[in-house]
Amino acid sequence: MFGFFKKPKKDGSGSAAKERLQILLAHEKGSGPSPDYLALLQRDILEAIRRHVHVEKDAVDIRVDRDDDLSSLEINIELPSRAMAQAPGT
Amino acid sequence: MSKVIVVTSGKGGVGKTTSAAALSAGLAKRGLKTCVIDFDVGLRNLDMIMGCERRVVFDFINVIQGDAKLKQALIKDRRLENLSILPTSQTRDKDALTQDGVERVLNELREEFDYIVCDSPAGIERGAQMAMYFADEAVVVTNPEVSSVRDSDRMLGLLNSKTARAERGDGSAVPAHLLLTRYDPKRIEDGEMMTVEDVLEILAIPLLGVIPESPAVLKASNVGVPVVLGDTSRAGTAYEEAVGRLIGEQSEVRIEAESRPGLFQRLFKRTA
Repeated sequence: MFGFFKKPKKDGSGSAAKERLQILLAHEKGSGPSPDYLALLQRDILEAIRRHVHVEKDAVDIRVDRDDDLSSLEINIELPSRAMAQAPGT
Repeated sequence: MSKVIVVTSGKGGVGKTTSAAALSAGLAKRGLKTCVIDFDVGLRNLDMIMGCERRVVFDFINVIQGDAKLKQALIKDRRLENLSILPTSQTRDKDALTQDGVERVLNELREEFDYIVCDSPAGIERGAQMAMYFADEAVVVTNPEVSSVRDSDRMLGLLNSKTARAERGDGSAVPAHLLLTRYDPKRIEDGEMMTVEDVLEILAIPLLGVIPESPAVLKASNVGVPVVLGDTSRAGTAYEEAVGRLIGEQSEVRIEAESRPGLFQRLFKRTA
């Protein structure tokens, strides 16, 4: 009933703040992977690759972009030019 | 030559993170390669104020502990190409900030950046100590209010004793600048708050700038855009002028209220 007295809200920065916090907190509290999974994922990816080709330890670059209903994970692995021609231990 | 600048205050809520974000963005806007680091382990907020909270993968602690390379943890700002953000961990403990680790990361950053801005947590615990330990200069953020001024005085004492520069024992201290924030000319006019001169007399350090209380600051936090990058505001302009002084420009500190008539602005114009 008090709604009658309220002016319709402008889409100001306050609502932007709320939306940003909701997305962030949902990710932090969510039942998703543990916060450190990316470091572990990186290690596992690197181990798997190094079984076949020789790449440097810092050759993996992981980026994420989180959104309301879609998050993207981008993994770049630098392969040395000779790696494709010659695998270690073969 | 690169410079490490700590933004500190002792007291919480006075505007450290807002100031660290605004000063870093202001430095980058002037073409200086700048990195801003969050030292508030466990309570990270710089990422939100900078608007890059959805892009955090690795953090400062991951780099210190060797789980990630520095370049993997640095987030490049999408608005300013000279600006990078090094977020901290939300889950770890502040004991993860080892002195050796912090020094290693800062030295690596010094190779790439002109300015490294360390956003200190409130208090005088490990995070605050590590944020100031390797600093070349300090920005002490203070509100014209008793507990904030008292805490700032305490931080000045720590800057003069608990830093690498002070421990060298050659009498050198970390040069500190005063950034007076949430300044409300109306309340000062009414005698409710200390004046710039009052605070300067007590703390006795040079004045870097006076940031007026402004709705633009809250709006900037809401949308994750440092106040110097948003719509023109008095607070944004005051930060830009403070950046100029930080890099050595000589200019008069203007003290202006947000949207006050011209006559009053002239009445409140002062020199530091």
